[in-house]
Amino acid sequence: MSAPTPPTADAVPATLYELMAQALQMELEAVQRYNEFADMMETHNNPEVGQWFRKMAEVEGKHASQILDSMGWSEPPAYFVQAPMFDGFEAPENAALDQVHYLMKPWHVLQMALANEERAERFFDRLAGLAEVDAVREAALALRDEEREHVELVKSWMLKVPQPDSNWDQDPDPPRYDG
Amino acid sequence: MQAEVAQAASVSIALAGSGGSGVMTAGTVLLAAAAKAGAYGLMVRTSGPQIRGGEAAAMLRLGSHPMASLDDGFDLLLAIDWQNVNRFADEIVLGPRSVLIGDPDEGDAPEVFKASGARYAPLSMKKMAKEIPGSWVNMIALGLAGTLAGLPLAVLQEAVRDAWKKPATLDANLQAVAKGAVAAQQIAQQLVQEGGAMAQLQVGERGSAPRWMMSGNEATGLGALRGGVRFVAAYPITPATEVLEWLAPRIARLGGTLLQAEDELASINMIIGASYGGVPALTATAGPGLSLMTEALGLAVASEVPVVVIDVMRGGPSTGIPAKSEQSDLSYAVSGLHGDAPRLVVAPTSIADCLGATQWAVHLAEALQAPVIVLSDQFMGQSRAIVDRPVDAGYTAQRLTAQANTPDYKRYRNTPSGVSPMAIPGTEGVTYTADGLEHSEAGIPSSQSRDHVLQLDKRQRKLTQHDYGSYWADIEGDAPAVVIAFGSASGPVREAIARARAQGLELRLIVLRLLAPAQPEQMAAALQGAKHIIVVEQNHGAQLYRYLRAWYDFPVPPQSFHRPGPLPLRPAELLTALLAWRNGA
Amino acid sequence: MNTPVNLEEVPAVPIGFTAADFKSSYKPIWCPGCGDFTVLSSVTKALAIVGIAPKDCAVVSGIGCSSRIPAYTTCYGFHGVHGRSLAAATGLKVARPDLQVLVAGGDGDGYSIGGNHFLHACRRNVDMTYLVMDNHVYGMTKGQPSPTTEPDWDSKLSPGGTGLRVFNPSVVALASGANFVARAFAGDLHGTADIIARAMKHPGFSFVEILSPCVTFRPEQRDWRKLVHPAEVLTTDDPARAARRLMKDDGLNIGVLYAGDRIPYPASVRSPKCSVADLEAEFAL
Repeated sequence: MSAPTPPTADAVPATLYELMAQALQMELEAVQRYNEFADMMETHNNPEVGQWFRKMAEVEGKHASQILDSMGWSEPPAYFVQAPMFDGFEAPENAALDQVHYLMKPWHVLQMALANEERAERFFDRLAGLAEVDAVREAALALRDEEREHVELVKSWMLKVPQPDSNWDQDPDPPRYDG
Repeated sequence: MQAEVAQAASVSIALAGSGGSGVMTAGTVLLAAAAKAGAYGLMVRTSGPQIRGGEAAAMLRLGSHPMASLDDGFDLLLAIDWQNVNRFADEIVLGPRSVLIGDPDEGDAPEVFKASGARYAPLSMKKMAKEIPGSWVNMIALGLAGTLAGLPLAVLQEAVRDAWKKPATLDANLQAVAKGAVAAQQIAQQLVQEGGAMAQLQVGERGSAPRWMMSGNEATGLGALRGGVRFVAAYPITPATEVLEWLAPRIARLGGTLLQAEDELASINMIIGASYGGVPALTATAGPGLSLMTEALGLAVASEVPVVVIDVMRGGPSTGIPAKSEQSDLSYAVSGLHGDAPRLVVAPTSIADCLGATQWAVHLAEALQAPVIVLSDQFMGQSRAIVDRPVDAGYTAQRLTAQANTPDYKRYRNTPSGVSPMAIPGTEGVTYTADGLEHSEAGIPSSQSRDHVLQLDKRQRKLTQHDYGSYWADIEGDAPAVVIAFGSASGPVREAIARARAQGLELRLIVLRLLAPAQPEQMAAALQGAKHIIVVEQNHGAQLYRYLRAWYDFPVPPQSFHRPGPLPLRPAELLTALLAWRNGA
Repeated sequence: MNTPVNLEEVPAVPIGFTAADFKSSYKPIWCPGCGDFTVLSSVTKALAIVGIAPKDCAVVSGIGCSSRIPAYTTCYGFHGVHGRSLAAATGLKVARPDLQVLVAGGDGDGYSIGGNHFLHACRRNVDMTYLVMDNHVYGMTKGQPSPTTEPDWDSKLSPGGTGLRVFNPSVVALASGANFVARAFAGDLHGTADIIARAMKHPGFSFVEILSPCVTFRPEQRDWRKLVHPAEVLTTDDPARAARRLMKDDGLNIGVLYAGDRIPYPASVRSPKCSVADLEAEFAL
């Protein structure tokens, strides 16, 4: 029930409008998700990681703007998803909310982001393969290529952050403070 | 031969009997008859613990001026039967001038009553009732007692007609009243021959001033509605249930709601919820229920949500004596919340004042966005009196609310008065979250010292800086000897003071209506020239005395007279105490 | 798990409001990884779907981590005392039937100290929606068993486990008169939003049990996302059928389990039929 599965044939959007509306929604949700993560980290005194999440939010935000521009939309269309093109709890590009840890390191953020982008890339690739309408196929391939760029971007960032120690999640203070 | 009777300032009558004898109904009708005759009166009821069939007594005092206290003894005890009536001996005190009427077929009068020296007149009331098919023995008793008290038969029958619910039996019972009246004449003649008539009511012209008949609990309900309450949550408890039952149909007719709750924890939280929604809200309870409401009262203080809680005080502690009166919740009302939690405590001074004081409490709660505890008691709540129609002082709910789209709205903004505009749900642009957690001016939970001090100060200042006006207390006289009291104690205290005056002792009386917050300036003014002070109250722990000593500076150390319930304070015992205080001291 | 539940019509296109309109700027203090974050997102999404303005919605809560939620929305909020949120919400809704009332809290707040009010709120069937974020633990006080904690879960307060049978809120809600009983999983944002929206639209007392993992004190609840499954049968409006299913329920069924037609508590704000002065006549002599 939970693992996102590739789209099935009957869930492939039949029009360019539907595909891009859903893709835009996915990007906006990704922005929101990364910002939520950033908020959590800032509240839990992990501002460095918070900054990395903001950075990822920015990347997704740019992609969202691209979609808007390409469709000539000034704002996201009011569109309710009747049959989402992905299955599972989360959109392909989103990490689940329980994938974060208050002591996580920047490296973990990028690991997560990498997995998100790779999943998104695979998703759009498969979608393109299943699409029957030319405009949909071409748009899906363009989305896939954009995700590919993100993959490379994240990989380049990963080279610049240190790998965490094995005891990165150890906290000398237990959650229960028995004063 | 005309019976020579003495016209008295008041006549005290007790009607007693066990379940089925109908003494409570007879007492109520008798009071109504006295009202029709232009008299004033007070009726106190007492009964055993049984739900039905228990022993009961209606104790009335009728007179030519408003009655706020029972007398020291009774002129007449009329018992339809003697089942456990001896349990009321402490309450129904008889003396040599008293008259004792009983039904010989129901056995002998209990020794405790006979020992008082009261004059005994037997009458087979049950047989008399049986002789009139469809009549009730309590109507015989009504005619008997009412006539002995000096009420005309026509007035008694008119009162019965007003009260009677079954037309088929009305006539038989009017006859029964007449029969009782005839028997009364015979007994009266007998009494005169034996040494002296029973005291009789001075039935004068019915005055032009409009009068009402009501119980304290009913007056409380009306005060709530006059003040603007339109949501009530209710959980039954003796002796407060009548407040809620009176309100239930009437608040609905005004477009409001009474909701029965599953417990007092629910009812206090419900009224907080409704008040948060903008609707003035109230509940009524007694000591045990008030204890359950404590935590949520603190929530009302901290989140600044106005509510009114009526506490009809009864014998405590714990389950205590549910059907008897006492003034022993005062300490709890003024201080019983964790944390520094200022709240208002208002105490009606009489049955009639249950109306005005409750109405004022609603106004204060709404104006100051705080909980108000109204300390009524069982004596006022469940007694019925004929009173001058209470004047409407005009206090109504006037909450300071936030305007839509107020720029930079902060729910708990520190204003000079301490009262900050409250956003009512449904208002655009000023949404906020009310919170029991300490909070910043914006209402965000905060553990910062600055916020805590500011909010504590705000919540206290809004109460202490408010101008409560002269309604905070009733001050009578200017003698250097001062008596301080609150609630139902003021009735017998006032009467004791009148008797003292007749003996040449002048006393000043201060009856407090606002108990919390303390009013140091007003008290100092009220105590100008005071050389002797005594605090009178009906509880074991001298609660008012200790509270006043904690919060006020007195020109001289005050004395205390206090005793607990279940027996009501009476003028004679207070007079003795006051004389001893002034003369013996 | 994005298929809409198989009942009545699908929620309408959100008009006028987006989920973002319902989220306040205050950052939640919940631990990163807490299921309540998704619940918050689901609630804001559901409110957008239902289409009421933030000013016309009130979120009432008790005490606990989940009960912090009101201030994280832009709606009117009431953060009351432990276990009494349903009472406060009842008072609010009955006095103000025009408001949309959401009640939120955790399993301890709702089923332990709040147990009595839970029964009577279901009984009263006032139109409101009650969301319980169930993580089988008292989180705010740092890790004690709650009524839904497994009997053998070891803790400092109950070493070796409580040994007590787990409380079954859905059965109790159904038996007490709730008109809508559903279970959701906090890991599924859209599915939960859909269920919450349906709950809000359904008349009477709607109860939604939301499995919301506690990442700090019950880290093993991460496995819930693998264990939850869609309810195998269709929503029913037959209480007896619902009862039989719920008694065999494994606690991991997701979906609207019961949507009934019990008559909700009547809206009681009426126009006045008389004035206060009219009521005084009964006292006049």
